[in-house]
Amino acid sequence: MGETVLRLRDVHKSYGRHEVLRGIDLDVAEGEVVCLLGPSGSGKSTLLRTINHLEPLDRGAVFLRDELIGYRESGGRLVELGDRELARQRARFGMVFQGFNLFPHMTVLENVVEAPLRVRRESPAVARTRAVDLLTSVGLADRADAYPRHLSGGQQQRVAIARALAMSPAVLLFDEPTSALDPELVGEVLDVMRHLAAGGMTMVVVTHEITFARDVADRAVFLDHGTIIEQGPAADVLERPRERRTREFLTHVR
Amino acid sequence: MTTETRPPAAPPRVDTSRRTRAPLHLGWWLAAAVIGLTLLNIGSVVVRSPNLDWSVVWEYFLSTDVLAGLARTVELTAIAMACGIVGGVILAVMRLSPVPVVSWAAKSYVWFFRGTPLLVHILFWYNLAALVPAIAVEIPFGPTLFEVDTNDLITPLLAAVIALGLNEAAYMAEVVRGGLLSVDPGQTEAAKALGMTHRQTLRRVVVPQALRVVIPPTGNQVISMLKASALVSVTSTPELLYSVQVIYNNNFKTIPLLVVASAWYLIVTSVLYVVQHHLERRFSRGTGRG
Repeated sequence: MGETVLRLRDVHKSYGRHEVLRGIDLDVAEGEVVCLLGPSGSGKSTLLRTINHLEPLDRGAVFLRDELIGYRESGGRLVELGDRELARQRARFGMVFQGFNLFPHMTVLENVVEAPLRVRRESPAVARTRAVDLLTSVGLADRADAYPRHLSGGQQQRVAIARALAMSPAVLLFDEPTSALDPELVGEVLDVMRHLAAGGMTMVVVTHEITFARDVADRAVFLDHGTIIEQGPAADVLERPRERRTREFLTHVR
Repeated sequence: MTTETRPPAAPPRVDTSRRTRAPLHLGWWLAAAVIGLTLLNIGSVVVRSPNLDWSVVWEYFLSTDVLAGLARTVELTAIAMACGIVGGVILAVMRLSPVPVVSWAAKSYVWFFRGTPLLVHILFWYNLAALVPAIAVEIPFGPTLFEVDTNDLITPLLAAVIALGLNEAAYMAEVVRGGLLSVDPGQTEAAKALGMTHRQTLRRVVVPQALRVVIPPTGNQVISMLKASALVSVTSTPELLYSVQVIYNNNFKTIPLLVVASAWYLIVTSVLYVVQHHLERRFSRGTGRG
């Protein structure tokens, strides 16, 4: 495992009076696969969304390598960055959503080349070649000209992964990528993710797929009520949990 | 308990070699008869009435005055609609603004213009000189840079455009807002996560999807606007209705000339329906409604 890529320090977040995150510290190393587990409402999705600043923080800090994400320091306090700076920083993360969120008015290929063309201003030929390569790697090169609604959920999610990869992200964030899929389609998406993990991609994955976490993740992080209850090598946490709440959760999801 | 075994009842005999047919819908025939008779009656009045002189209709249908009026109506509709769309987009964006004052201002505008009759607005702008006799650009407590008589600046046609445009903006604001809100928030998140700026997200992701929702009601608004522009005839603006009014005030052929005007309104709205249909198809890319 390489050096630390992602650092979260004392991350706090509330919605009104409800504290969703109560001071989270998390380090992710280069090439590491971290699974965030926990009951619904534990704050795991919110935590994931603070990483690329889709969710602003109340307190704390997120660093990608040495760069502070979402804020700049001014007079000892953190001030949110402007739209352009946030966009530039977000482009360094890839994100895959539970609901796929492909752009329905664009074809599969257009979905994948959109950000490279508009955000990185790549030439159409370069973007296209790379998009076709990525679609091939997720097994969908033959559907390049289809519109998302013509694809199954599993295929849409694979396109969404290709779209995220097209920006060559430093870290790939997954927000319950298989929760909206029919059971028989979960496997094809997990296979693509396994392949990425084996290829050395740094990944933070919010999931309920315990088997996937045990087989693929380097580390499992168990959250409840906005705090990290237990973390460690995936096999340890999932097979021999030390904490009562982790054990309770695992008996429910199995 | 003893169970009695009975031979199964023989299935009823049917002739399976013949095609099925629909039942006789007596109600349908009755409705057709009533509608048919009504149309025949109206038709006979229209065709045979001495007061609806079809030769007069043909005589004026393509006359210069009528065509000039038609052109003025189309022009008025187009300009007022353009103002309405631009104003509507601005108001919709204001309405969705996180700044409370801005959102409130847009809301109040829509409330005011939807709550007062268009005809009153047309009369108001036409009679603006009664409120403000002259319009001046001046530095407060300083010299006047520019001053003009209100009636010279606000011509009847401009008054009409202002009234129709301001009113339309209120309705278009609701149409556009509905369109923007119809786009799944996940789309904005996905665009942001890819590193797109707010502008890029709007232009590439939100607006193209909102257009699909916005186009059908906008088409209806254009058609309403075309007809609403007839209200402007009260200010003697020579649009289509006023043009035929001028003619029938001279020759008293009221009904034939109203037929001329109606026929033109119908023709233009029909063309607009076709245009709307094609626009809808163009913008329903990827939604399976094309």
